[in-house]
Amino acid sequence: MNYLIDSLLKALELIFSFDREVRMAVGTSLYTSGCATVLSGLAGIPIGLWLGTSRFLGRRLAITLLNTLMALPTVVVGLLLFGLFSRQGPLGPLGLLFTPLAMIAGQTVLATPIVANLVLAAVTGADERIIKTALTLGATRLQAARQLLREIRFGVMAAVIAGFGRVVAEVGVAMMLGGNIRNSTRTMTTAIALETSKGEFAFGLALGMILLGVALLVNLGLNLLQQR
Amino acid sequence: MKTLKRLLPLTALLLIACPALAKEHLRLATTTSTENSGLLAELLPPFEQASNCQIDVIAVGTGKAIKLGETGDVDVVLVHARSKEDKFVADGFGIDRRDVMYNDFVILGPAADPAGIAGSKDAAAALGRIATAKAIFVSRGDDSGTHTREKQLWRAAGITPSGSWYLEAGRGMGEVITMATERGGYTLSDRGTYLAYKTKTDLKIAVEGDPGLFNPYGVIVINPQKHPHVKVGLAKKFLDYLTSKQGRDLITGFRRGGEQLFYVQQ
Repeated sequence: MNYLIDSLLKALELIFSFDREVRMAVGTSLYTSGCATVLSGLAGIPIGLWLGTSRFLGRRLAITLLNTLMALPTVVVGLLLFGLFSRQGPLGPLGLLFTPLAMIAGQTVLATPIVANLVLAAVTGADERIIKTALTLGATRLQAARQLLREIRFGVMAAVIAGFGRVVAEVGVAMMLGGNIRNSTRTMTTAIALETSKGEFAFGLALGMILLGVALLVNLGLNLLQQR
Repeated sequence: MKTLKRLLPLTALLLIACPALAKEHLRLATTTSTENSGLLAELLPPFEQASNCQIDVIAVGTGKAIKLGETGDVDVVLVHARSKEDKFVADGFGIDRRDVMYNDFVILGPAADPAGIAGSKDAAAALGRIATAKAIFVSRGDDSGTHTREKQLWRAAGITPSGSWYLEAGRGMGEVITMATERGGYTLSDRGTYLAYKTKTDLKIAVEGDPGLFNPYGVIVINPQKHPHVKVGLAKKFLDYLTSKQGRDLITGFRRGGEQLFYVQQ
């Protein structure tokens, strides 16, 4: 029991002394996950809107596929993109492997299905008449979609935040595509994995607490927005 | 909200573009033992400052490190498995292999010593006794330099280890020491990692001093004829530094818990 309490105290000390290693890991995590979230929002929101409002052959299949992609294991994404980005792979000449960019790409692939799916759910849950009314009132399809987006903005926000939650907490893509390089691609989760392997329990614990803190802040923010 | 929406893509683009403008990077694939022991944290910064570069360390097992070299995903490898290194160079993937330092392997075991091997100087015979006693043995199982050596030792003992007592962890040295500690088993470790973990494990050195436990580290530049993008100039400078007096002094001067972890050949 003492071991846990001692580690906890040391972890708190690391956090509040703004330890450089902790700071770097937090920064890299927020940077890569932030970029990936923005990109997956840019890709996922239109996909969700489109699937939710259009009727076409193969739509059910597309939705099933999207649902499956939500459960995409992070290590599988890591593996596929590793093959793509490695010097031996088709995108090898870009030299992206083991850079933050590769991690952002992998995390975008992970988050996009989640964002698209949750936006789709929000569209399905919205009043069907919104689009019809807008169209009747002479709006173009784009304007109607914009109106719909305004109505379901909380659902969309929740979708983006769920996407962020997935990528900031994952370790497979970050480890395989980032390589856990100090001061470059070491994120909170890969640092936790490394520190545990080194037996530095307190350091891992400190990062774990910050990770929880970040999740808490993001959700508090969402909560505030929804109450307004 | 609208301005925010317009700014977002721009900010994202800027954020993505920025790190690309940073200083020159040298990619080094190395083993967990050099990273986990803390050696690289002392050895690299002087070179990074002098050459105004950043060394990106990818710490994996020797097998994976060599694979990353073969595919050209790194510029330099620092590993410890002589047979694999020689093959790597012979196959044309690497050039300019140099000896950097050495330490030795030890067989670690619990204080209770169920196989009765403590104090032995014959590693292969000790493994034989572990197998006979069916005492728990945790293997790296990850194709690392340590794993390669372990397999050589089992071959020398004339045993193909298998059974519920032989645990293939597939993880780094530190994790394996932790696992062996928790399970009260034996394992093969490099001395450096063991010393770094000494305060965190109950395992003791059971076997040491066998010539078959000698553990040399070599550094190899990836052949630019196979991979033209390799930063040969910076890589050679790095090799010069590692084998220079400054580098050697840093290696021999590195202490963990008051003990020397790595040695250089005189």
